[in-house]
Amino acid sequence: MQQRHFALTGLIASLGRLVLNFIAEMGAMALFAAQGIRHMPSRGQAGKVIRQIYFMGAGSFFLIVLIGLFTGMVLGLQGYYNLAQFGSEGLLGSAVALSLIRELGPVLTAIMVTGRAGSAMAAEIGVMRISDQIDALEVMDISPMGYLVAPRVTASLLCFPLLTSVFTIVGILGGYVSGVLLLGISQGVYFDRIASSVVWADVQGCLLKSLVFALTVILVCCYKGYFAHMRTDGMGPEAVSNATTSAVVLSCVLLLTGDYALTSFLL
Amino acid sequence: MRSPLSCCNRMRTFWDIELRDLRLGYGETVVLENFSAVLPAGKISVILGGSGSGKSTLLRHIIGLARPLSGQILLGGQDLFALPPKAFRRIRRRMGVLFQDGALLGSLTLGENVALPLAEHTRLSPDDIRAIVRHTLFLVNLAGFAGYYPSELSGGMRKRAGLARALVTLPPLLLCDEPTSGLDPVNAAQMDALLLTMKKRFPDMTIVTVSHDMASVRALADHILVLADKTVAYAGDLDGLQKTANPYLRLFLDRAAPREDDGAPCPAAADLDPAVRGRMAEALDSWLESR
Ligand SMILES: Nc1ncnc2c1ncn2[C@@H]1O[C@H](COP(=O)(O)OP(=O)(O)OP(=O)(O)O)[C@@H](O)[C@H]1O
Ligand SMILES: [Mg+2]
Repeated sequence: MQQRHFALTGLIASLGRLVLNFIAEMGAMALFAAQGIRHMPSRGQAGKVIRQIYFMGAGSFFLIVLIGLFTGMVLGLQGYYNLAQFGSEGLLGSAVALSLIRELGPVLTAIMVTGRAGSAMAAEIGVMRISDQIDALEVMDISPMGYLVAPRVTASLLCFPLLTSVFTIVGILGGYVSGVLLLGISQGVYFDRIASSVVWADVQGCLLKSLVFALTVILVCCYKGYFAHMRTDGMGPEAVSNATTSAVVLSCVLLLTGDYALTSFLL
Repeated sequence: MRSPLSCCNRMRTFWDIELRDLRLGYGETVVLENFSAVLPAGKISVILGGSGSGKSTLLRHIIGLARPLSGQILLGGQDLFALPPKAFRRIRRRMGVLFQDGALLGSLTLGENVALPLAEHTRLSPDDIRAIVRHTLFLVNLAGFAGYYPSELSGGMRKRAGLARALVTLPPLLLCDEPTSGLDPVNAAQMDALLLTMKKRFPDMTIVTVSHDMASVRALADHILVLADKTVAYAGDLDGLQKTANPYLRLFLDRAAPREDDGAPCPAAADLDPAVRGRMAEALDSWLESR
């Protein structure tokens, strides 16, 4: 009886600790975010921002086009056969466009950029941390926040909406490829349905989501790299690799939970 | 050619660095404790000590990158860690730091690294910055390497580049973590000469350097701090250190390991359990013989 009692309190205690740690980390991350955003307008940022836009935006462009194309094509296929059961293949255009604009565009773009650019950011900043480079910046009175984090945040706020738009448009064309070119829906119906079902609020929601996701992904990835030296699950290179992994995992979790919250708010 | 570094003759004084009742460490581990000392302004102080004795740790605290577990670091009578953030940063601006392995930014070339503090904080024109960088790299014997990335350099070259970056703002307080380790004797001597030259050109400059190389201690030191047994074992000038009877300090000075017939066998060999030593020999033998 006593034993079971202890096991239960132990379980509750460790659950509580987990929750408290999570809340503490979210708090630390919010402070980090505030710091990073506060440094965004500091001077001499243009060059760094452009370099980050090149890395994050131009570097991810073809990946986004590729993923967008196939996402749209598969949506066209699935949508066609599902809609055909009710004899309403004509709705394909609106089904593809709405799911891309409202959900898949922002979410998949953010996930792809997390994998490509976010992980690299966490690793780069982590390496700078464990090799004293961030300390060196601080000693030179160059704020690491202003030098490392702020330009990335600014760049992401520009890149994410653009990449999301590219993804969505290419996706709609992908739906066109499978729906119209391969399965034979009429072109006019496909585009007409899109025009009549997509409203401005959908596009606004899409852009809002992409901005929120940009902040989430970049701040989580920078945060994890920045504090790689405080990790308890490893030291040195191992800490950097763990930081990178947890940056990607946490970004994705926050993206999807955030997406649910935002969607329920927007609908 | 008139040196760009010699044109600037502003008063460049720093304060005595007063270490009071310090206890330094990381979390639970205490690295140094129970010591007070002063690193005098306008002098070259050398921190001496064996590997792992806490030299870098002490330096990190003086720079303000880590907080002491207890005690104070006073600059001009002010507690470094009680200062408001603005004042703290103003003081730190007056420090130039060479980290133990250079800590150059890996994504910038040497030239960009050395130019960084100037480019970020001053209104110098790009041409002026280039000239200053070229001169500073020349001083540390790296002329012609401005376009190289840190990963394309040897450890010693990285260290010299780190010194160039620390020197480029002509800081009133220069802190160097082992400027000469990893350098060949010629470059090490040049590095010492460079520090002495800087000192001669800027008599008010306070220099704190870490070393375990007696040759450069003899060449440089006005003031010496020896770290041993988690505390300061000696603080004073070179003459006093030469006369010391402390056996550990003598080791440092004479740089001779105690021989076995001195009755001081190597502690590591004595401590190893003979059974373990046997197994170790066996394992090593079988490893060496394995294909
Ligand atoms: N981040 C850290 N966390 C915990 N302990 C540390 C940390 N950094 C250093 N130490 C410990 O502090 C002690 C002193 O380290 P420090 O780097 O100051 O030595 P050092 O005198 O500079 O040695 P070296 O001459 O080899 O550079 C060592 O025992 C080390 O294990
Ligand atoms: Mg050291």
